[in-house]
Order: sequence, then structure tokens, then C-alpha cells
Amino acid sequence: MPQHTFKLNGEQVTVEAPDDLRLLWVIRDLIGLTGPKYGCGLDVCKACTCHINGKAFNPCSVRVADIEATDEITTIEGLADRRTGALHPMQQAWLDHDVAQCGYCQPGQIMAAIAKVRQAKAAGREIGDADLDEIRNICRCGTYVRIRAAVKAAAAAM
Amino acid sequence: MADDPSPVRGDEGTGRRRFLGYVLAAPTLVVAARLGVEAAGPDVAEAAIPSPPAPAELMDLGDALTLAALPTANLISIRLNTDGTASFALPRAEVGQGITTAVAMLIAEELDLPLDRVEVTLADARPELLFNQLTGGSNTIRSLYHPVRTAAAIARARLLTAAAERWEVPVSALTVRAGVISAPGRSATYGSLAEAAASTRTTTASARPKARSEFSVVGTPRNRVDAYDAVTGRKKFAMDLDVCPDARPAMVRRPPTINGTVKAVANLAAVRAMPGITDVVVVSTGVAVRGETFGQCVDAVRALEVTWKAGTVDGESDATVLAKLKAATPPLAVPKLLTKSVEAEFSFAFASNSALETNNAIADVRSGSAEIWSGLKSPIDAQQMIAKRLGLPQSAVTVHVTQGGGSFGRKLFFDAALEAAEISQKMGKPVKLMWHRTDDFRHGRAHPMSFSRIRATYALGDVVSFEQRHASVATDFTHGLGEALTATAAKLPVGGLGFAETVFELTQEVPYHFGVTTQLLSEVPLRFHTGSMRDVYSPNVVCARELVVDRLADKMGKDPVAFRRSFLKKDRYRTVLDKVAELGGWGRSMPKGTAQGLAVHVEFKGCTAVLAEIDCRPETTGRTIPDAVTGPRVTRVVMVVDVGLPINPRGLEAQMIGCVSDGIGLALTESLHIADGLPLEGSWDNFFYTRQWNTPPEVTIVVLPPTTGEPGGAGELGVAGSFAAVACAYARATGTMPSRFPINHGTLSFDPLPREPSIPQSPTDGLDHAF
Repeated sequence: MPQHTFKLNGEQVTVEAPDDLRLLWVIRDLIGLTGPKYGCGLDVCKACTCHINGKAFNPCSVRVADIEATDEITTIEGLADRRTGALHPMQQAWLDHDVAQCGYCQPGQIMAAIAKVRQAKAAGREIGDADLDEIRNICRCGTYVRIRAAVKAAAAAM
Repeated sequence: MADDPSPVRGDEGTGRRRFLGYVLAAPTLVVAARLGVEAAGPDVAEAAIPSPPAPAELMDLGDALTLAALPTANLISIRLNTDGTASFALPRAEVGQGITTAVAMLIAEELDLPLDRVEVTLADARPELLFNQLTGGSNTIRSLYHPVRTAAAIARARLLTAAAERWEVPVSALTVRAGVISAPGRSATYGSLAEAAASTRTTTASARPKARSEFSVVGTPRNRVDAYDAVTGRKKFAMDLDVCPDARPAMVRRPPTINGTVKAVANLAAVRAMPGITDVVVVSTGVAVRGETFGQCVDAVRALEVTWKAGTVDGESDATVLAKLKAATPPLAVPKLLTKSVEAEFSFAFASNSALETNNAIADVRSGSAEIWSGLKSPIDAQQMIAKRLGLPQSAVTVHVTQGGGSFGRKLFFDAALEAAEISQKMGKPVKLMWHRTDDFRHGRAHPMSFSRIRATYALGDVVSFEQRHASVATDFTHGLGEALTATAAKLPVGGLGFAETVFELTQEVPYHFGVTTQLLSEVPLRFHTGSMRDVYSPNVVCARELVVDRLADKMGKDPVAFRRSFLKKDRYRTVLDKVAELGGWGRSMPKGTAQGLAVHVEFKGCTAVLAEIDCRPETTGRTIPDAVTGPRVTRVVMVVDVGLPINPRGLEAQMIGCVSDGIGLALTESLHIADGLPLEGSWDNFFYTRQWNTPPEVTIVVLPPTTGEPGGAGELGVAGSFAAVACAYARATGTMPSRFPINHGTLSFDPLPREPSIPQSPTDGLDHAF
């Protein structure tokens, strides 16, 4: 069985897994981190959104063999400050706006929202309605209105 | 919590009702309660041509369920722990609707305990509760409001008595603040009194819960008690649990048509030998595989070579079902003789109630017992059916209710729990069964297609009659709700009707004085997988009704708000209407191709009025987003909601925001296309639930302060009005009343995934889309 090494939430990890196994199942079924959720396995619903080297991506649609040893993967569990435990401003905004309902999609929503804000900032602008319209993550509880408010609030603190 | 110490409440002269309950034999204080009956009476009719009260006005579905819960409600108990916390195992399912938070608030209120010291968990299936463990009909708070408060109030009184006896002072000398009882010169925490206040035998007790004027928690906006866990990834759903170490991932290869069954599998041995796969067995719903990871299960499911027997609706498609519904629609009765009339017909497509968490369950079936973990809204029924399937006594099946990742009607059923139990038994090993998303749309529950025909007649400024005839593919109610209603059938005001017709009559109410008013349901028994979907009938029935109301107003030369105002039956309804018209700026001038629409909906002892603004201009409908439906955009929604007594206004607002998202989807984009016995939709880029690009940039929810003083149902209340308001806005913006919903249903906006194998492979190009 091939071995795969990468950085996960700041720690170097090595797992044995078939090359083709999608990273989501490596994280959930082999490593046991359950923050990233399964919602479709088709790179559509975005419930599993994590970060790779600071960018949002969906591990349901990436072979574990395509992850390099130097890649840094961050799940929702690794988002808070690892030293102080302080929440990321996006997580705090989510609490301030009481965004979550069932909560199933929210780890993915938060990870996607952070990347969206970074993307806007890198382009030299504040996040706006047009950016928010591009977020593809499904929330079947329909919390979109509070998500929009929380992302705008967090952007100011990021 | 209140900052001021609460005075100890006496029993006399308050005018408040005293409720009976129990102190149960236990090492620490455990209290339980039974609840009183509130008979609902019709308000006095006024103005217009009075319509006699419909059954739903006298007693609605929630009342019926509350009544069903009566004989056993005393088994709901609250425990005071020695660490000063209170715990309550809620016999309901939390699926996002916020009931753990609301119930914790009720307990914190009555106990004068900080909210964060109340722990509400979800109870395992408790068959002794009979009908009182069903989460549906927006009934949780309505049925638990009195018993939970009563139990908490008894607990508080017991703790006070224990402190008074310990200190040899009268109870009237004591004050309570934040879980600490004080007398001059000394104090004691609830935790330190929990054992002293306990009873060695079960006794009756009584208490008067607080008057509304004393509330300091109930009615104040609170964040969800599980919000921190949700945003840190700690909130655990069934597939996240590590409760059964040997439970391995399992998935099922499903048939190409609904309810198809396995004829033969050509390569069982080869699939069993695939990497990571431990077991492959034929089950009643398809072929189940078990492996080390879900990824390997996907590979195995796709590799299976299966031939299938026919399903139950192989010959059915959208057009054949609609034809059957039209044929089954009950006839209209009022002739169009001396009056003018409005007639209209509407069809509503199948819609999936799929939650974001797909159907799933953990099952560990042994030779003489079974243990199940799943998000279940009817766990007792699940326990009974699983026991029957496994050939075990009901008492040998333990059913744990886990936190649910959304429901919308879906979790009333336990399809995955039953299937997981069968698979575990056949494999002789514990399994973590998860449905693939594509299966969840194609083989999961759906709100059935329906057809509505309306005739309204009018003369001399009055509406003389309003008839609505609704035909629906049969809705499956075989999940415990049936037993609850059957048990109370003799007490219901709709004797002699079939079960679905009973639910229809108990939920439908025309809030206008429209003279002779009748609404009838007819069902077509087709064997699709059906169920309710954030309400049962109201979203479709009310959308049709409100569109006709707009048309009546137009024909009678009246403004839609003024027209509704003049015919609404109650001041309470007029209040939400007036408020939404005022806040929403009803009648403001808008560009051509955009418009406002407005609707009123009454249900669950509550009411809403919704104003929606829509943009149907080509530059908006022509927006292109990859793999998406754009179309008209709802640009603004204002909703005013009156639930009688809001427990947690922030949670209620959240529910109404969700209802708005649902209503927009139902009106514009969200449906299943049935073709040859199977829905074509297989992903969230096929089934167009509302997305960010469909979300109104501006949504205002106004929660009215207490009106009736009794909490009505909330979780589903806002869908019908939102749906109808968007439909009415669309009709006004385009000048054409839509008759088919959702409005884009006539266009198939995606390439359907293959039927075989039943699930698609995951892509591998995820890194190309990183941003």
C-alpha cells in the first residue's frame, strides 16, 4: 500500500492509502477528522471545503497521490489559532450572526468564505455582493442571508 | 439571565394556573410533568360574507399531536446534577430547527439557571412515550411548552424547600439568582442541594410556572447552544460518531428505477476481492458493499454487474402523473350562474426533501440484539419496524437519536436505519451506511406532484364562494404520525375522513371571508418514495390560493393589500398584513419588469405576511453562471411573523430566513423531473435549491411581540407565504400568472447523470478549481 505524506493542520502526517482514494476519505475514514462533511462527492455541494496552502478546495475530488509532501492542508479543526485557541475572525463572525442552523454545511461555508475574502483582498477590493454570489456552497437550511452578513463583517476583521 | 434576584413566587393570588407533575425516585432531584389541555376556540367572525370556521381553525394538526401526547407527557423529566447543571433528554430530533436551544431556554427561565448550565440531549427511542416522540408538524414547542416549564418550576420549588429546611427558615425568606439560593448571611448552589431535594419515592407535586411578565429569558434573542461546536467542526452527526469501532463504511448499488429489485449479480466474488472491500450482499433495496473507506465503497458499487427486476412506477413520467392527477381532481360544486368568477389551474412538480446530510445510519446487529444510531424524527416507529425486519423483540433494539444535518420532512422516515439494520444482519458485522448524493435525490423521499383547481365567484363587491380542489400523489405518512392521529381520531373535528384527508383538513385554512369556502384533497396512490417537505400541503395550496386572490382583487378593481385587508377574518392577520405593507413600502414605483408581490399565510396557530420584490428583466434572467439556473431574482423580502409567543426571536428569525430560501426555490427553480420511473436529478447542480446567486440581497424578518401568549409552530410557518409572495410578484412583473411550478420546470437545465451504475465516480480535478 502506498504511503502519502503531507501537512495536516500544522502536523506532518503519513498515511497508507491507495493512490486513487480521494483525500476526503483519507481525512475522514483513515485519519478520523470529521469536520469536513460529505455532501455529494462531486465537487458540487462544497460541504467538504478545506484549504490547501491557503486556498479553498474540495478534497472529495482530489486523489491523495496528487497531494505533495510539502502541501499544507487545513480543515475546520485547524482554523483556530493553534497557540492561543482564538477563533478565526470568520468563525467569530459566524457566532456573532448565529449563522448555523443544522450546521452540517457550515465548516465548508466558513472555509470557502475565508478564501473568498482573501481573493477579493488580493484583487485590491472589499468583498461585495457580486463576490458573495459566486460562493457555490449549498446550505439546505437556507442560511444564505446570515452567511452574507457574516462574511462582510469578518472581512473587516481579516 | 436576569441580573436581579427573583423573589420566591407564592402560590396565592397570582391568577396563574397550577400544573401537576411528579418528583421521581432518584439519587438527585428528578422532576417530571404532565400537561394541561388548551381548547382552541374560533374567533368571532366579522365583516364580509362570513365563512364558518374550517376544522383547522378549531383544531389544527399540532393540536391533534399535542392531544395525542397527553397521556404520556408526564414521563418527560428534568434532572438536577450535583455540579449545578440541569439536564433534559429531549424526546425530539434536533435537525437545525433550534429546539434544543428553545427548550434549554424554557428550563433556564423556570429554574433561574444560566442557559449554559442547561444541557439538552436527544433521547433514545422510548417506546413507553407512545406518540410523544415524533418531531413533525412544527409541534415541538407547542407540545412541550407547558410540561417542560412545569417540571422546571417543580424542581425550583423543591430546591427552595430543601434550602429552607436546611437553614430552618421559611421559603419566603429565600431569593434565587443564577442557580444560587440565598438567605440573609448564607447561600447554596443548586448543585449542593440536588441530593437533598431528591426523593426516595415517586410523589406528585405541583407548581405555577412564571407569568409572562416575569420572563427574562423566554422572548429574548439567544444564539444557538450548539453554535460553537458547529463553527469549530466539533458538532457530530451520525457519520462522525466513533461509537462502534468495528462499524465500517457501507454503500448500496441501487436500481435504475424506483423500487426496482435485484435479479442477479454477475460478479459478486470479484467485487468482494476488490481492495479494501470486506463484504458484498444482496439486500431488499439493491446490493450492499462494506469496506475500509467510503471511497472504496464507491468503486465497488460502480463495479458491480447487476441485472434488475422492474420497479413500482417504471411507466411513470411527469406527463403521465399529471394526467392522473387532473383526472382525480374532485369536481367543483358551485355553478357560475348569476355571479362572475375566476378559475385557475396550477401544477406543482415533485420536489426532493433531501437534506445536505444524506440518509445514513450506523447499525450493529448481533444475534439477539441490535443497536442503531441515526438522525430520526420518529424513533419509536423506527425501532418497531427495525425489530420486525430483524425478527427481534422491540425491546432488543436500541435506537439512539443523533444530531441531524437537516430534515425538511426527510428524517420522519428511517429508510437508512432500516436498510443499515438489514445489511448489518446479513453481513454479520456492524456498518456505517451512507447514501450517495445521487441516490438521495433519485431514491430518497420527495414531496409529491400535485395539481390544484380553484373557482371563486364574486358579486356586488363580495366574494361569494371559494372552492379549491387539490389532487396529489399519495403522501406517505407511515412514520408514526398515523398512529398518533388514529389514537385521537375520536376527538378530531373531521370524523369519517381518510388519513391524508384528515391531515389536509387539519392543516388547511382560508384566512379570508370568501363566503362558501371548501378545500378538498384527493390522492392518487402511486408508489413513489414520498413524504412531507417543510410542511405537507400548504406551500402549494397557498401559492395557488394567493395567486387567485390577486386575480380576484384585479377583477374587482381593488389593490391586492386593500382587498386582502377587507376580507381577512381576524385582526391578527390584518396586523401582519398592514405591517408588511408598511415596512415593505407596498405600492412603491418600480421599473418595468420588476414588481412586488404579497401573500398571507395562516397555520400552526401563527400567521405570516410576506412581501417579495422580483427582477424579471432580461439582464437579470440572462445572467450566466456555470452549471446553475439564474432566472428571475428575488431582490428583497420583508416578512412579518406572529407565532403567538416567540420563545427565541433570533432562532425564529433564522427559521423564517430558511423558509424564504425554500419558498424562492419552490417558486422559481427547485424540482425533480420524473422520467420512466426515476427522477433525473442526481446532484445539487441538477436539483436547483436556492443558491447564493438566487438569494435576495435584502431580507428583513419582523418577529411580532407576544400576541396570543401561547407558542405556535414555527419551523415550517414561513414557507407557504414566501412561495406565494414570490409567485405573485412574478405574475405582476411579467403580466402573466404562472400556472406551473417551479416556473423553470419546463426546461431541463442539465445533462442527467447515467442510471447505471446508480452513482457517479468522484472527479479528480479538484485542485484545478482551488481559489
